[in-house]
Amino acid sequence: MAAWLLRRLAAALAIVFAVLTLAFCAIHLAPGTPFVSPQDRGMDPAIVARLERLYGLDRPLPVQYAKYLVAVLHGELGESFALRRPVADALAEALPNTLLLAGAALLLDFGLGLALGVYQAARARRAGDVVLGNAALFVHSVPTFWLGLLLLLVFAQRLHWFPVGGTHDPVLCRSVASLRCALDRGWHLALPALTLGVVGAAGTARYQRAALLEVLGQEFVRTARAKGLSERRVLLVHALRNALLPFITLGGLALPFLLTGAVLVETVFAWPGMGRLAVTAIFQRDYPVVIAAAAAASVLVVLGSLAADVLYAVADPRIRAPGA
Amino acid sequence: MTAWHWLALAAAALAALAAVAALRRRARRTARGRRFFRHPAAAPGLVVLAFVVTTALAAPGLAPYPPRAQLDIVRLADQPPSLRHPLGTDLYSRDVWSRLVYGARVSLGVGALAMLVAVTLGAAVGAAAGYFRRWPDALLMRVVDVGLALPRIFVLLVAVALWGHVTLGPLVLLIGLTGWFPTSRLVRAEVLSVRERDFVAAARALGAGPARIILRHVLPNAAAPIIVSAALGIGNVMLLEAGLSFLGLGVPPPMPSWGNMIADGWPKMAVAPWAALAPGLAISLVVTALNTVGDALRDALDPRAESA
Amino acid sequence: MTEPLLRVRDLRTYFVTAHGSGTARAVDGVSFDVYPGETLGLVGESGCGKTVTALSILRLVPEPPGHVRPGSLVEFEGRNLATLPPAELRAVRGREIALVFQEPRASLNPVFTVGDQIAEAAVVHERLSWRAARARAVEMLALVGMPDPAAQAGRYPHQLSGGMCQRAMIAMALVCRPKLLIADEPTTALDVTVQAQILELLGRLQAEFGMAILLITHDLGVVAGAADRVAVMYAGEVVEQAPARELFARPLHPYTQGLLASVPRVDAPRAAGRLPAIPGQVPAATAWPPGCRFHPRCPYAWARCRAEAPPPLDAGAGEPGAHTVRCWLLTEPQRRTPRP
Repeated sequence: MAAWLLRRLAAALAIVFAVLTLAFCAIHLAPGTPFVSPQDRGMDPAIVARLERLYGLDRPLPVQYAKYLVAVLHGELGESFALRRPVADALAEALPNTLLLAGAALLLDFGLGLALGVYQAARARRAGDVVLGNAALFVHSVPTFWLGLLLLLVFAQRLHWFPVGGTHDPVLCRSVASLRCALDRGWHLALPALTLGVVGAAGTARYQRAALLEVLGQEFVRTARAKGLSERRVLLVHALRNALLPFITLGGLALPFLLTGAVLVETVFAWPGMGRLAVTAIFQRDYPVVIAAAAAASVLVVLGSLAADVLYAVADPRIRAPGA
Repeated sequence: MTAWHWLALAAAALAALAAVAALRRRARRTARGRRFFRHPAAAPGLVVLAFVVTTALAAPGLAPYPPRAQLDIVRLADQPPSLRHPLGTDLYSRDVWSRLVYGARVSLGVGALAMLVAVTLGAAVGAAAGYFRRWPDALLMRVVDVGLALPRIFVLLVAVALWGHVTLGPLVLLIGLTGWFPTSRLVRAEVLSVRERDFVAAARALGAGPARIILRHVLPNAAAPIIVSAALGIGNVMLLEAGLSFLGLGVPPPMPSWGNMIADGWPKMAVAPWAALAPGLAISLVVTALNTVGDALRDALDPRAESA
Repeated sequence: MTEPLLRVRDLRTYFVTAHGSGTARAVDGVSFDVYPGETLGLVGESGCGKTVTALSILRLVPEPPGHVRPGSLVEFEGRNLATLPPAELRAVRGREIALVFQEPRASLNPVFTVGDQIAEAAVVHERLSWRAARARAVEMLALVGMPDPAAQAGRYPHQLSGGMCQRAMIAMALVCRPKLLIADEPTTALDVTVQAQILELLGRLQAEFGMAILLITHDLGVVAGAADRVAVMYAGEVVEQAPARELFARPLHPYTQGLLASVPRVDAPRAAGRLPAIPGQVPAATAWPPGCRFHPRCPYAWARCRAEAPPPLDAGAGEPGAHTVRCWLLTEPQRRTPRP
């Protein structure tokens, strides 16, 4: 198991490396001098000089590559043309917001999706299952951002139950650590997280239903029934514990979906996360920001999938304790 | 909309129904066809798809107004649905229905073409990796691993940022080029299992070259998962294109796509929601239909079900 | 004459097939008794309905597509299991009647330890605490001959060999001391040497607990060694039933005779030629032949066999009902010469 873990870690590191390399290529493919804004944008000459030194812009390419890697490891991601601040700072501000949104959406996604999937599998092929199944398929096929717009229109603009955008009310949150501030943040988080979570849950429910039905067809389920266990125990203890394994794999796949959705949902709800940062940067030709955001998102995906793999290995005794 | 347009619309609907009914009759003869239609939602899904495709193809006959025509900025902007404008008008006083119908061409076209690019590239890479094994396989699969790690929309954001001004053609290409990784894995798996079979060895013994073997012997067996992933993939691409167009980075206006129609309708959501609702609903219905048909196809083409 | 522990009368289990091929009548009027403390062997080829019979007794047949027909009687301790409410049926399963399956590895839950799975039965049926139940599980594992039972209890099924898994399954089945153990092909998936060990184990446990065993198998050799009485199944029915010795000495149904004749024997003369086989194939459960179901493959069949299905007839050996045969030859023994 330890050997497998090391191999998996090495593979993840290799991919992160590849991502950084691709980002490097992208920086160099961008119009103008890499890392430095075009002449007419007027960057502070002192900053320009610093960047040229840091990234070795007058040196041959391999040297630039090496300097770039060193710089990234030190947290130096360049300077944003439009925001006039280090990219790393802008990213550091935006990342927690995206993580908060994605995290809340993930909880909703998995919670709702699992419950629905179990319910559908228990009532397989009967009325409840068929109706829910078709409804879930439709919800999962809806464009996330469009659903966000709908929810915004109905619940924020018409009914005024939720705020229209942003993460918090600046007045309410002058003192950061207060209950009112936390509640206010939650209130602002509700609609965007709901949008992402519900669409994700619909997909998760379909997947989980299929996984559970497959487990229910296996022999040990018959044994459990033959032992005189209640149907509930058979489903929730014996079958589900096995069906949760593919569920973990699903978790690893959910992160790309959530990050993709986050880009659009952040735009709809004016949520200051990585996605919104990247989109704004595109229109301002702020290449370092776009590329850094893309690279950061990719690294998140790699970490997420690594975490899912490790969790799976721990949860499945067949991997954790190899057999005779 | 004149009576002719309504008539044409009805004709399109009937044509779709008739086509699917005919297909169903023919499909009854094969086991696969029967399995496909055993899904209760398969036939409705096909009808929706047939209807939308027919509408898209017959757009000039179904749209009373040209899609880019701004009819009367002063008086006809943001009008609610009426007999003349069944889906109302948008903020530039363009007829939403006409734009929807022409937008179908763009959205479906982008979806299908981008998927074609993705599937072709994915199949080629997967087949090469699976057939030649050793270092080509290792190399290509590392590339696929990296490709699967990158969230698609971020890659597209970077590509659009670097490209500058993206027109329709390059957009289709970009979307396709970012989506071939899952297909390549699928095809590689199929190729790996098929290449050990006797008929491949026989072909090789007869002197057939790798390209011929892959094309004529291996790929036809791998066709089933490719078809299923293509059907499901078009839906994903349509959602992706809609998202990009919504952000202003996809299909360039004034050419209508369902995505940029939502973008146009967004600022006026409070007063004129129909402009954004109609295209969103259209996307949802088409993607649902694609997912349903994809599911039914998967069950129909599943080799394990053959013996049932 | 003691009362039977289990009385099965006219058990019918049908399956609805998709594609409209009709109803598969897998078990079509099966009747037999199991007496306390004895081993009844249920023998037949695959497809004759033995496993479905076993599952039907405890109503474990998946409800669509299968169902136990009304009118089936499965009487256990005065109650008809076929119509028992679910809660009461669950009290019987695992506690009064236990089941052991063919594929031991597949029949155990891969994500729980063997010890926990055994303990679970005790927790659910006898309301023991998990601690007490786990201790009981270790005892059971020792009883079924597992080396180092305490350590094995903490293992997972994939870490055990096939034979050990089967012992664990038996331990799990017996933890609540059931009165009847139904063993469905318990040795088929195991090596020959392990087979003998398992059978010997079952015999030992039977003597120790005084329980009855319904042993289901296609292997006549297994039955010969282990069973007190034997019932032979064909095409969803019991075609012959007799004490084991009697059946092997004097098989009366042509199918039974065919089965016995097709077993290779070490002491057969070399010049015996090819191993005799029963001609034809087992018919499909959706279309049993009319009359006697064996008649298309029977060397003695005549018009009556094609027209009328024979009921179980007494062969008149020992007590009435001890040896019954579903064959018209019993009424017309002179026809027992093969056709040219």
